[in-house]
Amino acid sequence: MADKAEAKKQVADATGDYKYGFVTDIESEFAPKGLSEEVIRFISAKKEEPEWLLDWRLKAYAMWQKMEEPDWAKVDYPRIDYNDIYYYAAPKQKEKLKSLDEVDPELLRTYEKLGIPLAEQKVLAGVEGAPKVAVDAVFDSVSVATTFREELTRAGVIFMSISEAVREYPELVQKYLASVVPMRDNFFATLNCAVFTDGTFVYIPKGVRCPMELSTYFRINAENTGQFERTLIIAEEGSYVSYLEGCTAPQRDENQLHAAVVELVALDDAEIKYSTVQNWYPGDKDGKGGIYNFVTKRAMCKGRNSKVSWTQVETGSAVTWKYPSCILAGEGSVGEFYSVAVTNNYQQADTGTKMIHSGKNSRSTIISKGISTGRSNNTYRGLVKVLAGADGVRNYTQCDSLLLTDTCGAHTVPYIEVKNPTAQIEHEATTSKISEDQLFYCRARGLDEEEAVAMIVNGFCKEVMQHLPMEFAVEAQKLLGISLEGSVG
Amino acid sequence: MLNIENLHVNIGDTPIIKGLDLHIKAGEVHAIMGPNGTGKSTLASTIAGREEYSVSGGSIRYQGDDLLAKEPHARAAEGIFLGFQYPVEIPGVSNLNFLRTALNSQRRQRGEADMSAADFMKLVRVKASELGLKPEMLKRFVNVGFSGGEKKRNEMVQMAVLDPKLAVLDETDSGLDIDALRVVSDGINAQRRSDTAILLITHYQRLLDYVQPDVIHVMAGGRIVKSGDKTLAAELEDKGYAAFE
Repeated sequence: MADKAEAKKQVADATGDYKYGFVTDIESEFAPKGLSEEVIRFISAKKEEPEWLLDWRLKAYAMWQKMEEPDWAKVDYPRIDYNDIYYYAAPKQKEKLKSLDEVDPELLRTYEKLGIPLAEQKVLAGVEGAPKVAVDAVFDSVSVATTFREELTRAGVIFMSISEAVREYPELVQKYLASVVPMRDNFFATLNCAVFTDGTFVYIPKGVRCPMELSTYFRINAENTGQFERTLIIAEEGSYVSYLEGCTAPQRDENQLHAAVVELVALDDAEIKYSTVQNWYPGDKDGKGGIYNFVTKRAMCKGRNSKVSWTQVETGSAVTWKYPSCILAGEGSVGEFYSVAVTNNYQQADTGTKMIHSGKNSRSTIISKGISTGRSNNTYRGLVKVLAGADGVRNYTQCDSLLLTDTCGAHTVPYIEVKNPTAQIEHEATTSKISEDQLFYCRARGLDEEEAVAMIVNGFCKEVMQHLPMEFAVEAQKLLGISLEGSVG
Repeated sequence: MLNIENLHVNIGDTPIIKGLDLHIKAGEVHAIMGPNGTGKSTLASTIAGREEYSVSGGSIRYQGDDLLAKEPHARAAEGIFLGFQYPVEIPGVSNLNFLRTALNSQRRQRGEADMSAADFMKLVRVKASELGLKPEMLKRFVNVGFSGGEKKRNEMVQMAVLDPKLAVLDETDSGLDIDALRVVSDGINAQRRSDTAILLITHYQRLLDYVQPDVIHVMAGGRIVKSGDKTLAAELEDKGYAAFE
């Protein structure tokens, strides 16, 4: 048995370094540093985009230049110099890839280091009989590998990078792009319109249940490169899709900016389940480095009885600014938001959701679990809005915060705006400190402090974790443990 | 197995245990009796390693080692089990998951391999059925919504699965009806072997009708004031604790 000093050293070793802090050696092809019309033209040309998209980007750029960076969130970070960022970096490719065999082995090794679930590694490795999870690997802003394309094609499902979709399905892209998050929506979303480099496009035709979970791993890899992803998912009448998004990033000293836009559209009786595990580099224990994560995620529940479910486990990034939302326009539509946000050391998270009820009898559920430790700040910010014409709306909100130290902060900022008297809105909130009794009970049974914390926290998050697809849930549970190592003060 | 010499324990600035001696050999069952507030539970928690209880003097040796130098989980792995007076609820964590994690954490600390899921399930089902814990309770969250009796049975199931060398049972008998008391007593007696020791902490004599101790101690004012064989329990019953203070 290891003695106490040895055990302490092991803990220090384990917590001292970000586990995924490594850099893959793939040469990047950069756009010149900084943001200008020329850079946008460069990106558009690199991606062989049609004229309309270039015009669209330039329009967004002009709009963005007149906008102010928002400062209402409870996050504090040094001013970002938008001219000190590379807006385009692609891994060098000799030619278009036709199969996974052609994927750079370095890239595959990267996935291995990231601990991508075995099932998906098998998919990537092309093992026969591997479980059906399609991986669209977004690596340094350009999709380099898309699997299971054929089986999806047979089902009529379109799953490709958004750049490809622009070329192959321009009408669909034009119809829905910025239809949920308008170009002018907010500073970061507008910036994304101007400079987005890649992302995912999913289209599920009428009545089709997508035959597999769709999975994308995002990864920011080149130094000082902003990542501006753009995801668009359209579920036609009576269709269903479950989409998984998971992220890690290598260790960097400079802060890296991430400003993604995700738009979901659900038509009559359609259902979209969108799950995220986010563990980008959070910065070191002194608050140096880490990703700035300014994301706009929104779903339009357009059709009758349509349903969108957001589930997120957020453990990474130095600064998180993220509110996956639902516009519940369809009669009887359903919006769900299940969130676990963990902040450690000097991390700051301001996250939550907006449920905008404009459809009659629309319903929403919000379950938010915030866990803070170290000197971090964790804010739930949520809006439940019921418009005048929306009769019979129901919402249930539950926000629980768990504090692990005396030096961290948990904040709950719920906004409720109801313009229709038939609405039933429930809001429950709790804040508690991790209980010494629980810790001692676990430790007296043989769990060390880290294991005890991980177990109690996983129990605290159970209501959210159970909404994750199985293979993701296991990964997410481990991640909670890793994120909280050495965290009890 | 357990040797406590001149132990002093404070909670905050308040001395609770003031010079306690206790010696327990393998194969023995000891009972500590005494009124409320004399430090019985503090003693139990100190043996298990609760950090808020600071030892200001004396020593505890367990199997020859300085127990006080070890963290609570290490003590558990070396065979010390504390049956809680108030078993703690852990929402969201199933009993099975909790117990399996505990067992395997202990095994890993001892350099043993994890117990397989199948072997573990078999073991737990047998122990739960012996102790009258309904199988569905195993899937429920740890102690959440359990009655007082169910919590105590659950403690006994944990003890049976973890199979400790030294079980310190803090008022395991309180809150039990007569049937539950019998089942719990059977559980304790099953743990009684030549290589194990048990320390019972109790207010009442009735548990001692079912689990016959080798030695009974009377605790008052943070110390053991009298020790004797099982006839001491009857004497206590007659005279009350006041006579020993």
